[in-house]
Amino acid sequence: MKARQKRLLFVALGIAGVGAAAAMALNALRSNIAYFFSPSQVLAREAPADHVFRLGGLVETGTLQRQPDGLTLTFVVTDNAEKVKVSYTGILPDLFSEGRGVVTKGKLGNDGVFYAEEVLAKHDEEYMPPEVAATLKPHSDAAKALDAAQKATKASQVATQ
Amino acid sequence: MIPEIGHFALILALALALVQAIFPLAGSFTGSRAWMGMARPLAWGQFTFTLLALAALGQAFLTDDFSVAYVAHNSNSLLPDMYKVSAVWGAHEGSLLLWATLLAAWGAAVATFSRALPLAVIARVISVQGMVSIGFLLFMLLTSNPFDRIFPMPPEGRDLNPLLQDFGLAIHPPMLYMGYVGFSVAFAFAIAALIGGRLDAAWARWSRPWTTVAWIFLTIGIALGSWWAYYELGWGGWWFWDPVENASLMPWLVGTALIHSLAVTEKRGAFKSWTVLLAISAFSLSLLGTFLVRSGVLTSVHAFATDPTRGTFILIFLCVVIGGSLVLYAWRAPSVSTGGGFTLVSRESFLLANNLLLTLFAALVLFGTLAPLIYEAMAWGKISVGFPWFNMMFLAVMPFLALFMGIGHLARWKQDEPGRLARQLWIAFALSVAVTALAFLPGISAGHATVPLGIGLAAWLTFSHLTGLYERLRHKRGLRGALADLTGNSRSYYGMLLAHLGVAVLIVGITMVSHFGVEKDVRMSPGASQEVAGYRFQFEGAQAVNGPNYRAHRGRFLVFEGDRQIAVLEPEKRAYLTGGMPMTEAAILPGLTRDLYVSLGEAVDQQGDWALRLYYKPYVRWIWLGAIFMGLGGLLALSDRRYRTAKQRVQAGDTIGAAGTARI
Amino acid sequence: MSKSLRFLLPLALFVALVALLFFGLGTDPRKVPSPLVGKPVPQFTLPTLQDPKRTVSDADLRGQVSLVNVWFSTCVSCRAEHRQLMAIAKESGVQIVGLNWKDDKPDALQMLRQFGNPYHVVAFDEDGRVGIDWGVYGAPETFVIDRKGTIRYKQIGPIDQAVWQETLRPIVDQLKAES
Repeated sequence: MKARQKRLLFVALGIAGVGAAAAMALNALRSNIAYFFSPSQVLAREAPADHVFRLGGLVETGTLQRQPDGLTLTFVVTDNAEKVKVSYTGILPDLFSEGRGVVTKGKLGNDGVFYAEEVLAKHDEEYMPPEVAATLKPHSDAAKALDAAQKATKASQVATQ
Repeated sequence: MIPEIGHFALILALALALVQAIFPLAGSFTGSRAWMGMARPLAWGQFTFTLLALAALGQAFLTDDFSVAYVAHNSNSLLPDMYKVSAVWGAHEGSLLLWATLLAAWGAAVATFSRALPLAVIARVISVQGMVSIGFLLFMLLTSNPFDRIFPMPPEGRDLNPLLQDFGLAIHPPMLYMGYVGFSVAFAFAIAALIGGRLDAAWARWSRPWTTVAWIFLTIGIALGSWWAYYELGWGGWWFWDPVENASLMPWLVGTALIHSLAVTEKRGAFKSWTVLLAISAFSLSLLGTFLVRSGVLTSVHAFATDPTRGTFILIFLCVVIGGSLVLYAWRAPSVSTGGGFTLVSRESFLLANNLLLTLFAALVLFGTLAPLIYEAMAWGKISVGFPWFNMMFLAVMPFLALFMGIGHLARWKQDEPGRLARQLWIAFALSVAVTALAFLPGISAGHATVPLGIGLAAWLTFSHLTGLYERLRHKRGLRGALADLTGNSRSYYGMLLAHLGVAVLIVGITMVSHFGVEKDVRMSPGASQEVAGYRFQFEGAQAVNGPNYRAHRGRFLVFEGDRQIAVLEPEKRAYLTGGMPMTEAAILPGLTRDLYVSLGEAVDQQGDWALRLYYKPYVRWIWLGAIFMGLGGLLALSDRRYRTAKQRVQAGDTIGAAGTARI
Repeated sequence: MSKSLRFLLPLALFVALVALLFFGLGTDPRKVPSPLVGKPVPQFTLPTLQDPKRTVSDADLRGQVSLVNVWFSTCVSCRAEHRQLMAIAKESGVQIVGLNWKDDKPDALQMLRQFGNPYHVVAFDEDGRVGIDWGVYGAPETFVIDRKGTIRYKQIGPIDQAVWQETLRPIVDQLKAES
């Protein structure tokens, strides 16, 4: 094969390779990304019914309950307009507490309960995850869009089941 | 007073950097030896003043000078001295100062250890380093001054994040930064070469040792971070594909491609423009990583305090440095001759293939890291890209990488015959296939196809390299010959061997711990036992204890293997006195073939029951062992006598046009 | 010439990357001013921290320039800014109203006993609902209110001397000069 043809072959192979890699990557991405939804969006049926997604909001004070098996916990996540009950079996991250922001990852069950695989507490005690802050609704009619919080300055923990 | 001195030192360093960036470079064009001769003293001067500033900050921490805002925000009089020192680089401003100091240090090192280089080359390289330093010093002085005072002076500092009060994490940033910053040398050499308009083997030979040292530091730095996350965060994870972790992995991947590419450019004069591009990219990714961590663009576990002003500054800095170098590249690189040709089956093509694979993987990691931002920019929603996608990409690329690694080291330069390679490697190949087949047995693979894949690849790497070693030693005379080989000019070969074996070890570790690791969340009462992977954990209850700056609950576990008690594990749940954040201190029984790991969740009731997590982690230490092998391999390669006698080969000249003959 | 074009590719990719990152910076939430700025303070009535029988409401924020400072006792940055608040209360004559947000009453009282009380009065927002109305997402946050009871500025993060001298004090002085 002549040098020029060889070069063209390499270029063609290269483009094909990159194309294949991109296709594979994007395809894999579609089935592996988790979108974020607020409780209002979940109740408005905007969240996928059978796919993993992230649910975030404030943990409603007084709703954290430990189930009889000792390991399953239920709590309610709210954006001050709607609520979703969450069930999680495992150990919660240290920064999780009622009244603070939380992001969970899991699937919505047929019973309307969100079964979390992961509870993420990516913030410190003072501020909450920006995605949560952005979707919280005001308690009264005062303001519509609210500014998000300062992002975390400290390392935090992820609990996985 | 001392903080003011530190501040002033930074200003002086900036002034020197400005001179350093302009005069030696200009001198290299006008031929002014006086101006070019300024390069080395300027580099040493800049280093002296930035070091002074760092020392001043360190002193402020050690003397509990809470009138300095940075000290007040990151330290506390109760903090042990060692962590007061590491608190210097624990947050944004101080870590920038560390960056700047290390940058100046590398510059001074280049100034010191480059006697053999032509003056014009050194002048250009040091000027480029000066330009980068300007950026960091300016950034600090304008937006992130670590010496800002705070009035009124708080009586006590805010405590350092307890997670950062740890030896592993204390040395992890300096190691990483040595790596990031070290790539600035290869970058400076590349830019100097582009400016000079000539790239040849000599340039590659000069860049190689510097790049290898940077690469070693980065390897160890990343491994330290992973190890730290494993034992400190309490959740048994060792890699999270977190944006900041990815920010360190990308320069490493490109850096690995770079050190191999430099080898080709040095030996064969090929890949020149590609090597230059890699050198630019490695350092660019280091800078990009700095941006991602500090700008607030991505949410991450590690991110420093964010500020849009700072983010904008760094982004502009990135544009100037990276954009400028890529413009230079686009302009100059085409005129560089492409050098030695090679056939499809040759060492060059295997190295090229792996270079492309490494770069591809780095691009994929970059894409995955930025995907949430892309989606938000296109208003497609708020997403997060997690483990599964990154792992899939890793699995798609790694097998090919390992495959070619196994062949490349045996292939001849320029031209080789497939038949010859096959003859040498068929035994190794057959053995690897056999091992893979064995691993498919249900008892071993546990139903996952990736287990045999991982084991098989590791076997392939090991057998093929052992074959190579055997071939090599066969031609030396006996053991004495082999030892002479090791102490002689072939340390780079053994370095390569060790580093590549490190990859095999790493693959084994990752495969085993990912598939055979067991994680059990349980609720246990005092006196109860739980069985995990053949080990019995007996919970003896938890009691309240007090530490130097925290209060804790400490659990007690007796661990049995069969009937024999092998350990007592005491995990803790701590609450630090000055910050409300609770912390999990896991208890680990380390071992070469397995770790046993316990972490406390929380107390479940008043009778002493606790929710907790028990782990069995097989071969997890092989992950870091692999990284250590890689680092040691690099060190071994570095100590090859070739580099220490390289000075004889350089001719005097004005540009990088030294006619160093390429070694085959 | 395709040869030269090939060398421009990295630059082109970099430009695309920079565009993306600039966008990312622009969406940084800290750059978006609070939408409550320019609006009247939300209506509220809360018991005071020290005496649950007394109440404080939005009416108390009309008639003079005030700072409303959101804090809770385990918030480390709040403790860090406390001294500055004491200094502001003593020197500037501006009324500081505290909003004790989702705190434990004994802990909050203890903190005031230990570090001093810069507040004219402290509203005890135990469940945080009033904080939500104010758009509070963390602590410390400080609102600057004018005589008419309109929110004029929101400071996110602790106040140190630099913040007071360079940012808040000029605003306060300007509001005081308004009729």
